[in-house]
Amino acid sequence: MMSGNLIWRKSVNAVMLSVTALFTVLTVSTLFLILGYLVYYGGRSLDWNFFTKLPLPPGEIGGGMANAIVGSVEIVGVAALMGLPAGFLAGVYLAEFEDKMFAPLIRYIADLLNGIPSIVVGLLAWTLVVVPTRTFSGLAGSIALSVMLIPIVTRQTEQFLREVPLSLREGALALGASKWKTIATVVVPAGSKGILTGMILGVARIAGESAPLLFTAFNNQFWGGGITQPTASLPVMIYIRAISPYDDWHRQAWAAGLVLIGMVLLANIAARLVLARGVSVPRA
Amino acid sequence: MATPAVLGTTAIRQRTAQTGDIVARLITFAFAASIILVTFLLVWQLWLSSAPSRHKFGFAFLFTSTWNPVTEEFGSLPFMYGTVVTSVLALLISVPLGLGSAIFLSELAPAGISNALTFLVELLAAIPSVIYGLLALFTVVPLMRSYGEPFLKSTLGFLPLFKGPSLGFGLLTAGMVLSIMTVPFIISVSREALLAVPREQREAALALGATRWETTWRVVVPYAKLGILGSIFLGLARALGETMAVTMVIGNDPKISASLFAPGYSIAAVLANEFSEASGEVYVSALVELGLVLFFLTIVINGFARVMIVATTRKGSKR
Repeated sequence: MMSGNLIWRKSVNAVMLSVTALFTVLTVSTLFLILGYLVYYGGRSLDWNFFTKLPLPPGEIGGGMANAIVGSVEIVGVAALMGLPAGFLAGVYLAEFEDKMFAPLIRYIADLLNGIPSIVVGLLAWTLVVVPTRTFSGLAGSIALSVMLIPIVTRQTEQFLREVPLSLREGALALGASKWKTIATVVVPAGSKGILTGMILGVARIAGESAPLLFTAFNNQFWGGGITQPTASLPVMIYIRAISPYDDWHRQAWAAGLVLIGMVLLANIAARLVLARGVSVPRA
Repeated sequence: MATPAVLGTTAIRQRTAQTGDIVARLITFAFAASIILVTFLLVWQLWLSSAPSRHKFGFAFLFTSTWNPVTEEFGSLPFMYGTVVTSVLALLISVPLGLGSAIFLSELAPAGISNALTFLVELLAAIPSVIYGLLALFTVVPLMRSYGEPFLKSTLGFLPLFKGPSLGFGLLTAGMVLSIMTVPFIISVSREALLAVPREQREAALALGATRWETTWRVVVPYAKLGILGSIFLGLARALGETMAVTMVIGNDPKISASLFAPGYSIAAVLANEFSEASGEVYVSALVELGLVLFFLTIVINGFARVMIVATTRKGSKR
């Protein structure tokens, strides 16, 4: 009877262990399915025109997304210029300056801000930029993306600064360096690898966002007039092409999808494997 | 003679150092505080911009289901219904899948395999939502139309949940796509909660003769349950606010139907579809009010999730 019970327990053990392994394999295999589809369909559709030509009107075969690629770089670049320094400095404050009153609150709010749906952040940029200027603009999109970027960079900067050993700070302070000098010349350089990783991952994340751009940066079939005008972007272009009824546009959506995922995954792999070897990156 | 001069320069240096510290503190504090500011600004702006709709419809906005831009009558019920149904469907699939995977990665897999798989899960989380939408639109939708929904109809068709024509687009497909998208979040947060469980807990259970699974299920998982619950809430908040993929497969029809095969609409999807072309003060503000509803929904759920996650990781690290 005892042994019967033991056999039962051991078989439950074996079954459940295999089930969890199966679940993991299932989850991870979706990654390969996604990549496989994108490489197969996107690879067939990708050509030089995609990188060099402008989009054509519906019904005409061919054309590319040169303006959307440049537009994405513009929007994300400006967002990074605003969001990275702001997030970095906020992270330095949370990690280095003791503040029992505000720091926990700021930390909590940063996490909440990080969890706000990106489309709602788009609404904020719409009320702040699109309404007063009466035009969709790449800048409005950049502002929406930077609002998403700041809490990510803040939390990651804080995390990596905290991993810098206290003895380094004490050493610098004992040599007579002031606090800000210690932070600037000892602590930040020591945590720089991790911080840079966090920044790359943050930028990669916002580069793939389309929801906050739909009614801020909007879209543009042409080169547009810079950041103050409606600006095309790769993610929005994928959306518009994918839901259209034209086969040639679907083809282009796949090509754009392949380019976008290539950039995002490359940034992720570079940041996680090369730059941050052994550094554990927290989920943003 | 030289002593006072030396003291003087030291004093000056000290004073500049202190001013430097104060300036550095103020500057970094300003940016840290801007996070709170932006969040308040967001609430404030959405509150202001939704004023016409809030005044016209009051609380009825939350409980009525007309959505008519021509007569300017708006109610949010069908969108809330679609948002909640798809998210709950997503969790029904992603919670067992995510928790199982997290258990495998933290408790059972050898370190090398676990690290490699965790890396792949993180890549999965990094895939942009529009890419999920693209794939869902061209692969999941046709598969559901020709195989998934007919199969469910023939086996579980007696339930009102699985009735009606198989369109491929609809609540069920949206829920399935959302489940794939929320799994990585559930895995990474619950894995961290499981890893924070002290080793002694496992060793004690194993020493008492428990099998690996019994140790995990009866000792480790209960110990980390708050963090796991937090990960589920976090996944729920992500699912509620997910826009692109849902917009592309949910069918975009503001109706409340019992069948999961029927097309529906979610708050995020209606914003994505209608906001840039909306005209008229009431129409625009009704859409903003939907955004406000979504904001409060996700912030409350996120608030709970964060408190739970902090509680477990603290509990673990104290030992």
